Amino acid sequence: MAKKMLDGNGAAAEALRLTRPKVVAVYPITPQSTISETMAEFVDFGKLDAEYIRVESEHSAMSACVAAGLAGVRTTTATASQGLALMNEVLSMASGLRIPMVMPVVNRGLAAPWTLQCEHGDAMNARDTGWMQFYCQNVQEIFDMILMGVKIAEDSRVLLPMMVCFDGFFLSHSMQKLEIPTQEEVDEFIGEYVAKNMYLDTEDPMFCCDLTGPEDFTEMRYQQKVGMDNATVVAAEVMDEFAAKFGRKMTQVESYLTEDADAVLVALGSMNGTIKYVVNKMRAEGKKVGMVKLTQFRPFPAALVREALKDVPVVGVFDRSSCMGNYNGPLWNETAGALTRTNVDLRHFIGGLGGRDVPAVNVERMFNELLEIKAGTRTENTEWIDLKEGAMEIRQVTKYVRD
Amino acid sequence: MQNQQEKPTKKLQKCSVLGPVAAIFASANTGSWRLERPEVDFDQCIKCGTCARYCPPDIITIDKTKKECVSFDWNYCKGCGICANECPKKCIKMVPEGSEA
Repeated sequence: MAKKMLDGNGAAAEALRLTRPKVVAVYPITPQSTISETMAEFVDFGKLDAEYIRVESEHSAMSACVAAGLAGVRTTTATASQGLALMNEVLSMASGLRIPMVMPVVNRGLAAPWTLQCEHGDAMNARDTGWMQFYCQNVQEIFDMILMGVKIAEDSRVLLPMMVCFDGFFLSHSMQKLEIPTQEEVDEFIGEYVAKNMYLDTEDPMFCCDLTGPEDFTEMRYQQKVGMDNATVVAAEVMDEFAAKFGRKMTQVESYLTEDADAVLVALGSMNGTIKYVVNKMRAEGKKVGMVKLTQFRPFPAALVREALKDVPVVGVFDRSSCMGNYNGPLWNETAGALTRTNVDLRHFIGGLGGRDVPAVNVERMFNELLEIKAGTRTENTEWIDLKEGAMEIRQVTKYVRD
Repeated sequence: MQNQQEKPTKKLQKCSVLGPVAAIFASANTGSWRLERPEVDFDQCIKCGTCARYCPPDIITIDKTKKECVSFDWNYCKGCGICANECPKKCIKMVPEGSEA
């Protein structure tokens, strides 16, 4: 076990290298680019024995990975934002063909307005493509989650691809100290890749991805659903196994000081660090607040979320994506589904969009609003928590009036 | 290419495969789609084999030892007419399927 200083992208690339993929096809896109560059360097410098395919787009990158997965090797790519959107068509091909690959997704908002910075809208846009999604809070979690992700995805009960999501710039470009196991330890943990379900082999021919009529389509979707259901079970096992081997424990749904809490905040990603800091600060002031951090978002661990929140009087769900036209954000929707037929007063917040920071003062404001709702001194919360005043008049230009 | 076969392997065993994999190795009888069929005038034919080289599903066989040197696999000829188009002697014509002439 060595200690290194790496940023999130460096940790992702290092973890991917240690999983020994044989085919790597990454198209660079901010803020993911250093993953593609580092992977290319690994191959060029002989640190990774893999074919690096220089593709012309993310659509091609995912296509190459699907083909490589069918050809029977471990494969990987990485992307963000527009790149993930361009991949979208092939994402469901990967999941439908049961290719167990792990892909880092460096969360960045979708244009327009053009942004290079963090929000979860890109991954939320792909949340129903049949991929698992796990969100990371810090650089060590990115590294650990990729290793665990490979083991979860390749489990014969699962056989589904996984996105390991982390916040653009906040994590991808933040240096942190992390512990890195040796190649032998990783090999022992994840094992060698074996294509066991569907594969392309001239010695054992199979006709993959044939046209499927209504007589079988439902059953194949059901098979994917079963894989997703199993993933929740397998993820718990793998997280335990990882903790026993490497001494670091991640949980699918982490409850922090929720048992006696009057108000709890639910969130994904790096801002959980800030939330935990604020919980500690407010607890010291005697305010009973807690947090629930979701690492696993797809499959949505509904039973675990329900167990964690069902007795909390007021719960705020903080979405770092806007989910236009939806009734509240995606994380709220899922949480509300998990809390059906409970008495939880479930509130919604949106913030941190397009790289806007989520400072402790905003988290504290959300908690205070939830506490006021609990105390009965407030009825509505401020949904767009960090919206500037005069939102409709932020830009003014001189132009002809066209009525 | 039409007659896909299951190749013998060392340990053949029935396995459940998740996702879209074909369970039957059979190709459809695409010859049934044919509305017109190619007919060769063997008095004009110079046995060059151009028709066979251009045939998209590769179902034309040339046997230069015979006078009637061009034969078609009617199970897979869709009647596309490319052979008639490419014939340098223009001695293949497309006739309505089911007709005598």
